[in-house]
Amino acid sequence: MTDQTEALPRGVSRHPFVDQLAKAFRTNKLTWVGAVIFVLIVLVAIAAPLLSPHDPLQQNILHRLKGPGPEFWLGTDAYGRDILSRLLYGARVSLIIGVAAIGSAMVIGSAIGVVAGYYGGKVDLVIMQAMDVLLAFPALILGLIVVAMLGPSMENLIIAISLTAIPPFARIARAPTIVVKERDYIEACRALGYGDLRIMTLHVLPNVLSEILVMGSLWLATAIRVEASLSFIGLGVKPPTASWGGMIREGFENILDNIWLSIFPSLAILLVVFSLNLLGDGLRDAIDPRTRSDA
Amino acid sequence: MSDPLLRVRDLRTHFRVKRGFPNPETVTVRALDEISFEVKRGEAFGLVGESGCGKSTAGRSILRLVEPDSGSIEFDGEDVLRADKARMRALRRRLQIIFQDPYSSLNPRMRIGTALAEPLLVHGIMGKAEAAERVRDLLVEVGLPRDAGIRFPHEFSGGQRQRLGIARALTLNPELIIADEPVSALDVSIQSQILMLLRNLQETHDLSFIFISHDLGVVRYFCQVMAVMYLGRIVEKGPIPRIFDEPLHPYTVMLRDASPVPDPTARKAFERIEGEVPSAINPPSGCHFHPRCKHATELCRKVYPKWMEVDAQRGVACHLYDPASGMSPKP
Repeated sequence: MTDQTEALPRGVSRHPFVDQLAKAFRTNKLTWVGAVIFVLIVLVAIAAPLLSPHDPLQQNILHRLKGPGPEFWLGTDAYGRDILSRLLYGARVSLIIGVAAIGSAMVIGSAIGVVAGYYGGKVDLVIMQAMDVLLAFPALILGLIVVAMLGPSMENLIIAISLTAIPPFARIARAPTIVVKERDYIEACRALGYGDLRIMTLHVLPNVLSEILVMGSLWLATAIRVEASLSFIGLGVKPPTASWGGMIREGFENILDNIWLSIFPSLAILLVVFSLNLLGDGLRDAIDPRTRSDA
Repeated sequence: MSDPLLRVRDLRTHFRVKRGFPNPETVTVRALDEISFEVKRGEAFGLVGESGCGKSTAGRSILRLVEPDSGSIEFDGEDVLRADKARMRALRRRLQIIFQDPYSSLNPRMRIGTALAEPLLVHGIMGKAEAAERVRDLLVEVGLPRDAGIRFPHEFSGGQRQRLGIARALTLNPELIIADEPVSALDVSIQSQILMLLRNLQETHDLSFIFISHDLGVVRYFCQVMAVMYLGRIVEKGPIPRIFDEPLHPYTVMLRDASPVPDPTARKAFERIEGEVPSAINPPSGCHFHPRCKHATELCRKVYPKWMEVDAQRGVACHLYDPASGMSPKP
């Protein structure tokens, strides 16, 4: 019977997910821009101790509120601390909080969404109503409430931001789950006697994962923004630790003396958010259901 | 041999759907209304009817992929509907299903080898290495290259995917396979290949089939016995040659005359199929078929006809059938 079937395509079999990624970078050059900028920022954050020309916490009253110059490239703040060094260390704070918050929101949110979508009915109704209640609060307000209740610290910021991001991930995981669970291969799984947990993790989740990851890259930008906003109103990591939002606020207090204090951290936030949005948009276009080949 | 492998009695599956806005009302879709049939060991049983008549629901109900409301399903003497979780798991190894749409029946994110080995590992039948070897044998058996296991579903054509679906159904060495329109989505040339494959497997594995199809030609080729369904009920049942020679129900006559005959000399003008299948939400009174039946009488409009056994092999549900003379109205 072998001779009756046509030949299979040659070459190595690539995972469809790798194909989607490749397509995102091939069809949209801006995806490259976003990815390259973001990877650079991550590398810079990791290498902050090596790259920083000064100690970010070292105060020096003689050098306070200097503009950009040869010794302090981006100038100094009201305590004479080097802005560039603080920016580099601040990137660590922003990224750690963003990645940890979105990472946990992604895991918890998609688990909730897949369970709700897979079981449907009353389970779905109860879970999604709870999510809608959370979703009704703007991210910043909810974060504000949580941090105000728990007190400002890095861990509490992560919890607060993660909490605001769980409902959108639950929503984004639930919708494709409802589509996927109607497919015959899920029915085949049930006919083969697989348990629900196996079906959800091995057969539903991989097929909704790309949607979740796209959301992840876009929400990482949001999380970094929210972190900066909370830091700006004083609910972020405690001083003297450098964080971008905190730096903007400190700069704001001296804005008439040195406008650069607020401008540089603002630009840093802008750059991260911009790169993540480019990356996320590119990925989203690549997995658009209308152009998906495996739908 | 005398004991049937599968015995379905008065199986009923209704779906309740909420309809309407702003005051939704619950309506009942009578997908299956008390159908009964038996499948013998090694037999291919055809389930025929127009789309929406409940034939797929019948297949899914037998596997409990949808829960039937009432009736009984006995598989090799075991009550399927009363089976608890553990027993059901054991039963699932013996009952499998092949789907219509080859593009929706395989997980696009899983390599073929992984997908085919999974049932063996889940049921603890063999270890990883042994399962991998069994997968390679299965692939060859359904006519695919031995090394196809490293590939993803999107690299296969429709016909090849259907072979993969068949291979998956075979992994657990089932005794009965429910084939839900297994060739309807394929090109005609591929259809015959798949049918031949299924027939070969039936012989080599001693399989029984419930073959669900709207294509009488395919059922005629593949099955020995068939049942004709209309709006959730079986209207006629019997051995294939006898049904094709002398259909007793006007609906069977209509279906037969609308399907091509494999004999050019017997060519004739196709009888038009009149009307459409009425809704299973609101089936016509009396015999469900009466609005489309040329011979409908007052009785047909009021009372649903009783099931009549013509002999040990055949049965029909039609007022016009006269058991005394063995006659039914000729079209």
